[in-house]
Amino acid sequence: MDLHTLSVAALQQQLRSGAVSPVEALDALEARISAVDSKIGGYLSHNMTHAREEALRADISKPLGGIPIAIKDVINVTGEPCTAASKILQGYTATYDATVIQKLRAAGAIPFGRLNMDEFAMGSSTENSAYQRTANPWDLSRIPGGSSGGSAAVVAADEAYASLGSDTGGSIRQPAALCGCVGLKPTYGRVSRFGLIAFASSLDQIGPFTKTVEDSALLLNALAGRDPMDSTSIDTPVDNYTRLLGQDLKGIRIGMPKEYFIEGIDPQVDTAVRAAIKQYESLGAEIVEVSLPHTEYAVAVYYIIATAEASANLARFDGVRYGHRADNVQNIVDHYMRSRAEGFGEEVKRRIILGTYVLSSGYYDAYYLRAQKVRTLIRQDFSRAFEKVDALICPTSPEVAFKLGDRSDDPLKMYLADIFTIAANLAGICGISLPCGFANVDGTKLPVGLQLLGKPFEEAKLLQIAHAYEQSTPWHLERPVV
Amino acid sequence: MSAEIDVRYTAQLARLNISEAEAAKFQAQLSQILGYVEKLKEVDVSGVEPTAHTSAVHNVFRQDEPRDWFTPEQALANAPRQANQLFVVTKVIE
Repeated sequence: MDLHTLSVAALQQQLRSGAVSPVEALDALEARISAVDSKIGGYLSHNMTHAREEALRADISKPLGGIPIAIKDVINVTGEPCTAASKILQGYTATYDATVIQKLRAAGAIPFGRLNMDEFAMGSSTENSAYQRTANPWDLSRIPGGSSGGSAAVVAADEAYASLGSDTGGSIRQPAALCGCVGLKPTYGRVSRFGLIAFASSLDQIGPFTKTVEDSALLLNALAGRDPMDSTSIDTPVDNYTRLLGQDLKGIRIGMPKEYFIEGIDPQVDTAVRAAIKQYESLGAEIVEVSLPHTEYAVAVYYIIATAEASANLARFDGVRYGHRADNVQNIVDHYMRSRAEGFGEEVKRRIILGTYVLSSGYYDAYYLRAQKVRTLIRQDFSRAFEKVDALICPTSPEVAFKLGDRSDDPLKMYLADIFTIAANLAGICGISLPCGFANVDGTKLPVGLQLLGKPFEEAKLLQIAHAYEQSTPWHLERPVV
Repeated sequence: MSAEIDVRYTAQLARLNISEAEAAKFQAQLSQILGYVEKLKEVDVSGVEPTAHTSAVHNVFRQDEPRDWFTPEQALANAPRQANQLFVVTKVIE
């Protein structure tokens, strides 16, 4: 048995039956990482010393007892580097655990490793990492998506049983789609953001990458809940997210938003998603067409709000308490301007400048305030649609993974890669991407992702709907040859 | 809305040095992005309330009680410069 290929649920079974020890589960991953990560580049580092100590005393009776889980480099884990893949945090060592890490530990899991990403989660291809490129396991010449590209690639390449990422405009769902794994963005406020390096605070949400929908539910069971350290986390009761798995789809209504089936989608993506919709009909769900009329404004709203919030959040990088500090400064302004210029990469600078501009005197009303108002209209579109349906179905990304380097010099074109994922963050709803087939590009199989969007705090139903499709199709069983 | 952005001035507001080459590149790219977001002008937003965030919570309070948190050593662990258990800053007042 190739241990490293197991899902979380299957590994859990092996651990509990005594067939495998937590140390063996960890060793299998380490061997796999040694064998393939030089090709994938998913890990920035993976110090297994602490993880092995934890594996030795793991309590496998706990919900995730003895399960190693890899972590995006934007979430603080005590004693580990946490750089957000930025030079400005090179050498930084976390002095505390993020709430999600405390929760994983409480559930018996073993957080380990630092996963590559776009610098400060700004990007859709992981090419904005200041440290290294990450390859798509299905085709090493292509991007894994982003910003959580490392989180998606290591799960797809069986270098992790599961991982954590963060999603501000699609940064969990889009790389999950492009790498052929399952990525869940919980409802805004469902999972604590304490200990997550902030990009855009009204949009950021942490979530799991897994090989199966069931695993996604198992991880959300551990992650969800109100946290006094995050005042935007909500005390809506935490559900049992595996509760509805396996239930049939009789009486479930799924909306097909007509604005998400447009010109410009890769024909092979369109075909795969439409086939998935047919499959849902055959599973007993009712498909209805719905309209989200403000969809075409989502990208514009997002790049105003996200950059505005980022410009404020990244003001904390002042070269005093932590992070890069320039040498031989002339005065305090020179200190700030040079420390930040030397530490931040190009895309981060571009977004800080854009965000500063849309908040600056004379432009605030025209850009930021107007974007916040259009955001309200986008939220209302979803509220109206959810009066009629239980979930929405659409492609996660309009295209399959593109070639490394293809978009690096065209930021606007890169931003449009997130066209189908951004609205869920603006509306604060939950969403999931799962495999729904493959496109054939020049003889290479590339995964296509299906996106389901759910009502706020109805992750259990969203996972039920995703699970029914997954279990009736073979896509999640296919693995790339690395 | 105006798509005219003064990149040098805005970078200064953000306390961010940029080179001549970066300024020229960002000027073109950000003008293009601002041109794209012009489409928001089409939307009728009269009478629409702005959304700052989607949580149904406002003004969360707690008791102002001391709790165990970082030791001075932990707080200073990542400081680029420190002395006598304090952060060293660049002189602010001339």
